[in-house]
Amino acid sequence: MSNWYMLTLVGKDQPGIVARVTTALFEAGSNLGETSMIRLGDSFTIMMMARSEAGDEALREVLQPVVDALGLVLHIDAIDGRLHHRPIPDVCILVHGADRAGIVSQVTTRAAQAGLNILDLESDVGGTESEPIYILQIEGVATQGVEAIEEALAPLQAEGVKVDVRAIETLIG
Amino acid sequence: MAVLDILTYPDDRLRQVSEPVERFDAALQARIDDLEETRLAGPGAVGIAAPQVGWFQRVLIIDVSGRRKTKSHGHLILVNPEITEWDGFAIGREGCLSVPDYTGNVVRAERIKLDALDRDGNALHFDMEGFEARAVQHEMDHLDGLLFLDRLVSRRQDLFRRKVYK
Repeated sequence: MSNWYMLTLVGKDQPGIVARVTTALFEAGSNLGETSMIRLGDSFTIMMMARSEAGDEALREVLQPVVDALGLVLHIDAIDGRLHHRPIPDVCILVHGADRAGIVSQVTTRAAQAGLNILDLESDVGGTESEPIYILQIEGVATQGVEAIEEALAPLQAEGVKVDVRAIETLIG
Repeated sequence: MAVLDILTYPDDRLRQVSEPVERFDAALQARIDDLEETRLAGPGAVGIAAPQVGWFQRVLIIDVSGRRKTKSHGHLILVNPEITEWDGFAIGREGCLSVPDYTGNVVRAERIKLDALDRDGNALHFDMEGFEARAVQHEMDHLDGLLFLDRLVSRRQDLFRRKVYK
């Protein structure tokens, strides 16, 4: 039993969410692993790996006062953990264009068919309310090579989406 | 020849500032050979610096010639290296034998002029750019007790900010 859990917490953004959540966990003897915490729209979202010897019910009990006070939604899943096995991304993809439905779907479907394993994806809606633009950034492992992804995504340019595929050259020294 | 143990962060010895080499003797040659063997034993390292194996003298080895489309001066053993000029800045992804399982973005000069000595004490001068210049800057940091972790910039910025710093 690895005693690792994936905690998902989402709520309306306000100052102090991270501080209160992580302090409650720390005081309960829980240790954090990798986390992703980001504001999406006016929500604040937390996905975090936490280790606890006490089990998921105890984690929920520890977090409940914070969850109630800040109006968060909490979800807990037992996971394997598996730190220290991070794949190194070798490709990044930047996509932007006028916002329209289907950009993420088209880009990721084509890229997946060309062997992309996504490690990190973030997308934003910028521009103005009347003329929104969509910005998509992906990092991943190109299991069939970077050129395969480039070729797979090239046709999207004709549909008015700017797509830039670059190799990530990681220097190990 | 021997493959040496690599010091890994947070080992305090990686923070030590290394001393210049003064004697180009047989002992130096043997240590350089061990350093190279250790580099080659690691996972695809294009460079290694002496302090990474607990040898606190200003010696490093780089070789980026194995990379496609990369300007390079080939396999270099650099003793007492000094960068005399820096030009331009670029963000690139780095990892390190001394920092397993993590890679991050670091800003480095795009072009450098480098003075160094070879393993016999002969003077060398290079104009370097791109990946090779980055490798030298990464390894030279080790000589001053710095790691790429000390220079991390946000992963989220690199696509937009690439090569626009001046």
